[in-house]
Amino acid sequence: MAEYKKPKTEAEFENNFKQKNPLMNDTEAYYEASRCLFCYDAPCIQACPTSIDIPLFIKQIHTDNITGASKTIFESNWLGNACGIVCPTGVLCEGACVYNHQDVPPIKIGRLQNYATNKTIDAGKVIFKVGESNGKKIAIIGAGPAGIACACEARTLGYEVDLFEAKEKPSGLTVYGIAPYKITNEEVLKEVEYLQNQLDFNIKYKATINSKAALKSLEDDYDAIFIGVGLGKTRNLELEGEEKENVIGAVEFVEELRMKHHKLAVPKKVVILGGGNTAMDAASEAARMGAKKTVLAYRNSKEKMGAYRFEYDLAISAGVDSLFNVTPIAITGNGKVEGVKFAKTEMVDGKLKTNMNNTFIVRCDMVIKATGQAKQGHLYGLIDDLEIDTKKRIKTNDEFQTSNPMYFAGGDAINGGAEVVNAAYDGKMAAQGIHNWLNK
Amino acid sequence: MIDLSVNFGGIKAPNPFWLASAPPTNSGYQIMKAFEAGWGGAVWKTLGVPVVNVSSRYGSVNYRNSKMMGFSNIELITDRTLADNLREMEEVKKYFPDHAVIASLMVESRAEWEQIIKDVENAGADGIELNFGCPHGMCERGMGSAVGQEPEVLKTIVGWVKEAANIPVITKLTPNISDIIPPGLAALQGGTDSISLINTIKSIVGIDLDTYAPYPIVDGKGTNGGYCGPAVKPIAMNMLKDLAQHPEIGRIPLSGIGGIETWRDVVEFILLGATSVQVCTAVMHYGFGIVREMEAGLRQFMEERNYNTIYDFAGKALPNVTEWKHLNLEHKVVAEINADKCVGCELCYISCDDGAHQAISLSDDPLNRIPSIIEENCVGCNLCSLVCPVEDCITMVKKDDGTEHSSWNERTLNNDIPTTFNDDRAGGKGHFVPKPSDALKI
Repeated sequence: MAEYKKPKTEAEFENNFKQKNPLMNDTEAYYEASRCLFCYDAPCIQACPTSIDIPLFIKQIHTDNITGASKTIFESNWLGNACGIVCPTGVLCEGACVYNHQDVPPIKIGRLQNYATNKTIDAGKVIFKVGESNGKKIAIIGAGPAGIACACEARTLGYEVDLFEAKEKPSGLTVYGIAPYKITNEEVLKEVEYLQNQLDFNIKYKATINSKAALKSLEDDYDAIFIGVGLGKTRNLELEGEEKENVIGAVEFVEELRMKHHKLAVPKKVVILGGGNTAMDAASEAARMGAKKTVLAYRNSKEKMGAYRFEYDLAISAGVDSLFNVTPIAITGNGKVEGVKFAKTEMVDGKLKTNMNNTFIVRCDMVIKATGQAKQGHLYGLIDDLEIDTKKRIKTNDEFQTSNPMYFAGGDAINGGAEVVNAAYDGKMAAQGIHNWLNK
Repeated sequence: MIDLSVNFGGIKAPNPFWLASAPPTNSGYQIMKAFEAGWGGAVWKTLGVPVVNVSSRYGSVNYRNSKMMGFSNIELITDRTLADNLREMEEVKKYFPDHAVIASLMVESRAEWEQIIKDVENAGADGIELNFGCPHGMCERGMGSAVGQEPEVLKTIVGWVKEAANIPVITKLTPNISDIIPPGLAALQGGTDSISLINTIKSIVGIDLDTYAPYPIVDGKGTNGGYCGPAVKPIAMNMLKDLAQHPEIGRIPLSGIGGIETWRDVVEFILLGATSVQVCTAVMHYGFGIVREMEAGLRQFMEERNYNTIYDFAGKALPNVTEWKHLNLEHKVVAEINADKCVGCELCYISCDDGAHQAISLSDDPLNRIPSIIEENCVGCNLCSLVCPVEDCITMVKKDDGTEHSSWNERTLNNDIPTTFNDDRAGGKGHFVPKPSDALKI
């Protein structure tokens, strides 16, 4: 059932995409901070991919040392503001909070984090300094979370840093790929601007690095190169009829939505293929854009979905219907999509089998493929001696160095697709890796 | 560049965060762990002739959801042998030569004082703290607070100690007295290099309603404990102020103790004249790690105000703490309710109407729960703003123009104070008070 009306204005769009984690006010933050037990060897810190000293920043909020709290956060995670909002805290820090064992709601760590950093960013408090120049330069390919984190850390270590970004805005998927009810463009961009104002790194936009010559000139001009290119376009499913109009990749769909908001046309019936978090996002978004019917189709059972349970619940509450144990075998229609032909699947001896004798068609006007992104294979092929694993991820060592010693990498390019917080960690640690390598 | 190091009456430490003599400083292991965590000094749990302790030693006062807002103990001084303590003290100093290790001492005879001072000096202690404060157990034996309550005895013992000691001496005072100045002066006259305060306050934290015994219960009985924790901070700060403002005592360094847990507490104690702070309860609650919050906050505070050392702002609040008679009677503040923020709990109304000055009214419209201030009745007492659960909803707004000043003192000199029972100059004369029978109409 459709829960949302098609948004016709920006205000209606904002209403349909109301922030899931709204900013806390002072009173709520004070009360919430007072609940923290200040656990020893706190489970929340262990659960945070960037090991933020969470009890410390919460105590700092409670004692009204907001700037100190932000320092604690940013020192571990350069994208602390964005992560406070978009992190799947329920499975990370908040999921680890000891209150869960008492059947008491866990501390709202993410929102407290966002409360502190947001205040500090809005006040323009300068808390970081560029390190003393060491005369060396680092090129960063991709200004996503990994690249920005790498840039910030490298600047504090005294490196000159240039980022080369293919798109027009920084932050990668945080601005182009995350559901708009999780974070607004403004919130993302102001954090990068805040960091850039203090750490003074240079981002070149619309500067795609996709040729041997471009790489050669980076290699000549810089002492080390960090690859933070994330993933590429949505992978082709090699389905019959996949080229039809209105068959779109989830990443591309979300990007258009993030940029066009209510001006994006979403037709009446939408089918989303996939069972991961991106599929849930795309389904939720299609529903919030006023699609009359939104159907999520996953080839395996509900239990086998890769998506977090809360993401699935969120999609369902937006009015999304779901189909399990179905696999698409063709996309039908005359030039434009008119439906998806599915076959039922079943588990046979632990393997998922498609039953071609049991097929049916779901009529729709749009198909969103949330079945994974391709890797940036073209770029990798241009770099000498760059080792890639069987899943086409760049291989790195503990210092985030690739098999070509001049190149370091982090984020989705090495993990195949994870959270913003993982990319932020990789980028930071890669800068330290570069520093260690150049000072050997 | 911020430099947190201190020279406290001859005792040097990398920062002013010290552990008070208490269970957290019972062993070398704990003190080394604390130094690793960031503490700059530690006062070793009081040494003397080892005691025998009871089982069930601590009790606490919880307030709403806050555990250990007040804390009480009936533990005595060290129950470990002096040899063990000294061996560990020597080892700690070997690892941390620049941190302050201070030996708290409590013995009876002059010979014992002289011997134990020599022993701790040989073990490498940077200073001595005289425990004249323990208000349970030891005082029954003529030590601890029994000494702190007798200025003459206190002065004599400080004299013995100063004569024997080659390292700086801190005298730790008990708050279980009516005026802190006499023991403070006695310590000064005895020759102490510095003073620390407060030790714990005699207390009973609660009674068990099944056994009718006070906490902590030892086999059906209890005794008064020493009270500490966040609840005692206001008492400690007042006594610290008394000493800091004293023309003679205020010249020697003062170490602040009592309910310190956060950077704000630390800054407040320093503003009242402390140049080192000692912590126990907060560590007993959260561990040594809390020093990170204290240090980060202190640094942030100093950075924002361009202070390089704690001496740049130590005692800065003292000129603003004065006697009541000097306060400006012309100063006038009035409460203001921000209707947009009000959540309609009406606590301000009932607290003012029942507990203060009947200066808040409710609307006749039952749907409107936003109270309003009756400005002419408001005496500016702050109560409503204190009970209001919403940040910045009730603010106290200044109404006088700041040009006039008259204090009780000045008015006394001008013969302008009420002197008879029905004097027209009574402050509340003409102030609106509802009729007694109005109470029955509500």
